[in-house]
Amino acid sequence: MLYREAGDFKTTYAKDQALIPIRQDRVMLYIAIALALLLPFVASDYFLGSIAIPVLIMVIAATGLNLLLGYCGQISLGSGAFMAAGAYMAYKCATAFPWLPMPVSIILAGLATAMIGIAFGLPAVRIKGFYLAVATLAAQFFLLWLFTHVPWFVNYTMSGVPTPPPATVLGVYVTGADAPNWAKYLFVLSFTAFLTWIAYNLVRSRIGRSWMAIRDMDIAAELIGIRPLWTKLTAFAISSFYCGVAGALWSFCFINTVEPTAFDINRSFQILFMVIIGGLGSILGSYFGAIFITLFPIFLNSAPAWLGLDIPGDIITHLEFMIFGAMIVFFLIVEPNGLARLWQLGKEKLRLWPFPH
Amino acid sequence: MAENLLTVENITLRFGGVKALTDVSFDILKGEIRAIIGPNGAGKSSMLNCINGFYHPQEGRITYKGQTRKQMRPYEAASQGIARTFQNIALFRGMSVLDNVMTGRVLKMKSSLLEQAFYFGRARSEEISHRSKVEEVIDFLEINAIRKTPVGRLPYGLQKRVELARALAAEPELLLLDEPMAGMNVEEKEDMSRFILNVNAEFGTTIALIEHDMGVVMDLSDRVVVLNYGEKLADGTPDVVRSNQAVIDAYLGASH
Amino acid sequence: MEFLSDFFVAPIMEMVDAPEFLAEVIIAGLMSGVMYSLVGLGFVLIFKASGIFNFAQGVMVLFAALNFVGLMDSGVHPIIAFIATVVIMTVLAMAIERVVLRRLVNQNQLILFMSTIGIAFFLEGFGELIWGGNVRPLDIGIPDDVVFIANGTILIQEADLFAGATAALLVTILALGFRYTAVGRALRAVADDHQAALSIGIPLNNIWVIVWAVAGFVALVAGIMWGTKLGVQFSISIVALKALPVLILGGFTSIPGAIIGGLIIGAGEKVAEVYWGSLFGGAIEEWFAYIVALLFLLFRPQGLFGEKIIDRV
Repeated sequence: MLYREAGDFKTTYAKDQALIPIRQDRVMLYIAIALALLLPFVASDYFLGSIAIPVLIMVIAATGLNLLLGYCGQISLGSGAFMAAGAYMAYKCATAFPWLPMPVSIILAGLATAMIGIAFGLPAVRIKGFYLAVATLAAQFFLLWLFTHVPWFVNYTMSGVPTPPPATVLGVYVTGADAPNWAKYLFVLSFTAFLTWIAYNLVRSRIGRSWMAIRDMDIAAELIGIRPLWTKLTAFAISSFYCGVAGALWSFCFINTVEPTAFDINRSFQILFMVIIGGLGSILGSYFGAIFITLFPIFLNSAPAWLGLDIPGDIITHLEFMIFGAMIVFFLIVEPNGLARLWQLGKEKLRLWPFPH
Repeated sequence: MAENLLTVENITLRFGGVKALTDVSFDILKGEIRAIIGPNGAGKSSMLNCINGFYHPQEGRITYKGQTRKQMRPYEAASQGIARTFQNIALFRGMSVLDNVMTGRVLKMKSSLLEQAFYFGRARSEEISHRSKVEEVIDFLEINAIRKTPVGRLPYGLQKRVELARALAAEPELLLLDEPMAGMNVEEKEDMSRFILNVNAEFGTTIALIEHDMGVVMDLSDRVVVLNYGEKLADGTPDVVRSNQAVIDAYLGASH
Repeated sequence: MEFLSDFFVAPIMEMVDAPEFLAEVIIAGLMSGVMYSLVGLGFVLIFKASGIFNFAQGVMVLFAALNFVGLMDSGVHPIIAFIATVVIMTVLAMAIERVVLRRLVNQNQLILFMSTIGIAFFLEGFGELIWGGNVRPLDIGIPDDVVFIANGTILIQEADLFAGATAALLVTILALGFRYTAVGRALRAVADDHQAALSIGIPLNNIWVIVWAVAGFVALVAGIMWGTKLGVQFSISIVALKALPVLILGGFTSIPGAIIGGLIIGAGEKVAEVYWGSLFGGAIEEWFAYIVALLFLLFRPQGLFGEKIIDRV
């Protein structure tokens, strides 16, 4: 009985529809936020820069794909390309309008990516399911080609791989080589937190219900008065917005270059795996997925050393492929709601524990 | 004499070379319960699909609320107050009962995407005001206890009821019910009949329903139209239809 | 203006000026098209029989080729290696049916599709874990001379001719098998209507194993052809992805569609690359097929030969 909702009565619909209706969950959220804010004081620079930042950025991308795939039921294999679009657009914005505050440039890059997402989502009007996989693969290959073959996107930089311009927020560098990891971390964290909140709002509003209706039975949704075109395209737009912001942050706050290889088709699959393993149709699941998929390879690389084994790197890479592949199949068969569902089951257990009978 | 809510005239619907409906005409009066009956494959569901714009008939006209169209569009039909349920349950399986019924009100909600993203202004007030409307429907159909259950976990009879709730949440003027009692036991059928009559009586909703159980049809409906092989066989009050020789032949097999 | 002339006029002039060169380009394109067709064929077989869009088909090509070349490199005679690989692909089909498909019956298509992505990753890791991730040259004695046709003006690789002939033979065998054998009839029945096929006693699970095994066999042939040309390497599975746009063009349910779609895409992208590529900065082969598919999805989603889909409620 560690976890309980009994006794937590609601007297108005407003309270029942609050973001987090159960008091204990609210308390847990406050604790999580406090921990996230305290992290820079306790964690090592390596942890902040090489684990916390990429995980938080991938949470954004995974949330974006989850809105599209988990909530609206439209698949995309082009998330990586949309991240690339965000990175290049942010670079163009930040260099063309240096006076714009960096957060604004990143949001603008997200909006530009949303437009691109709509363009590639258009076929969804007439097709469904895996057909879309091909349309979004077109985005993946075409966009990456575009950014590498049209020098305008990199301001005609000779190397073709420009460095994001340094920028400050509240007098502290948050992008560029001089930015300290704790500042980049807090910058990324604020985006992640904000976009998570937006995502929760969307899925509990009309648009979220419309997405799920389209996902579960598009014909019935249409006959109820949900416009499939508008609904699917908003999902594409918002999903691409999330991926675009994530891509901009990846380039600006993590790898510190704007380069296409960071956003190739493997990135798209990585994001897809985060969503499937984390949990289709669960925002919290995007967190679990991003954490798991980012940390597991690190674990796999260091585990043999802990055990005193010497396994060559390429074998570990092959193992990683096998394990991820097997996990995808496993979760789709056993628990399509992913780690998020396991979390929920855990809570249900805690509701009874320690008196399960 | 009550006024006409819907008139279909000379509807012909073809799929490739197959004629699903041939030159069918009938009308639905405001406030009545109109049954469409006929053997399997008679074109009953196709008729409903034409009325709410899912199928587009090649010939004929549909007049709804005084406006004549060659064919309906689904969005148009829904926004003009036509709601329906389906022969095979068409609920959103991954969503809770409450969310399913809330989708029924999608056309009545006006908040912008931005308001929804930030959950402020109209987005917030709408969620609350429409929730209380939806709760009225949930009370009316006696599904309070299951409002937060995912519909995929509900038994068949309850799913049918949730589907009716979703249609009612739209506060329709014309409610199309495609075999609302198919596959139900006697008790569930009685419940459903009671709900249909109550909806008609309390909200004044006009109802067109397809049903195979003749007892139910004769009890519930004000007028009946009979289809057979895509053509209209008879039209009139239950008594008239019951004594029509062509109808008897179609149902029992002609004895020549 | 200059761009328009470069785009519309100059390439056409080039083609008219040197028709032999154009013919060579088209033939080279057709030959890579044959490869796309072979991969596409595997997709269509599985899609027809089980409604599954098998993303792993491309990796199956790699996996089959890896096994074949791996066995050959360890001194096994090519014919034995071939038979052994066919057995491996059949075992794989059985494993996939038992472990994955059987448990996902009646799931929606998207879930099935994503699970094949999982299979693809697993197979890729598995194949390379056993045989290593290096490029392996493959030589089974296919002649690699060139021949000249049309009075010596057009040059063709013999290996390409061989690949084309093999593909044609394979398609013929499959088509005949579909038409005249009991298994073929059962396959067509299943493709038409799962429920009905099941109800007259066609064992669905066996059919699935058979189709996946046949698709594995087709993958092996494609893998050998491809491996001879490029060496057996990881990138095969990426190139094989181009079979997806091919299917959009040809329609997911049509075997001739897959063949013709593959040839069109293969020739089309070569011609586009050679005559228009430089105008856009090169390497447009990477996306040409996909953009063509995208346009098809927008304007003719059923493809050239697919059937129109009618929704029912």
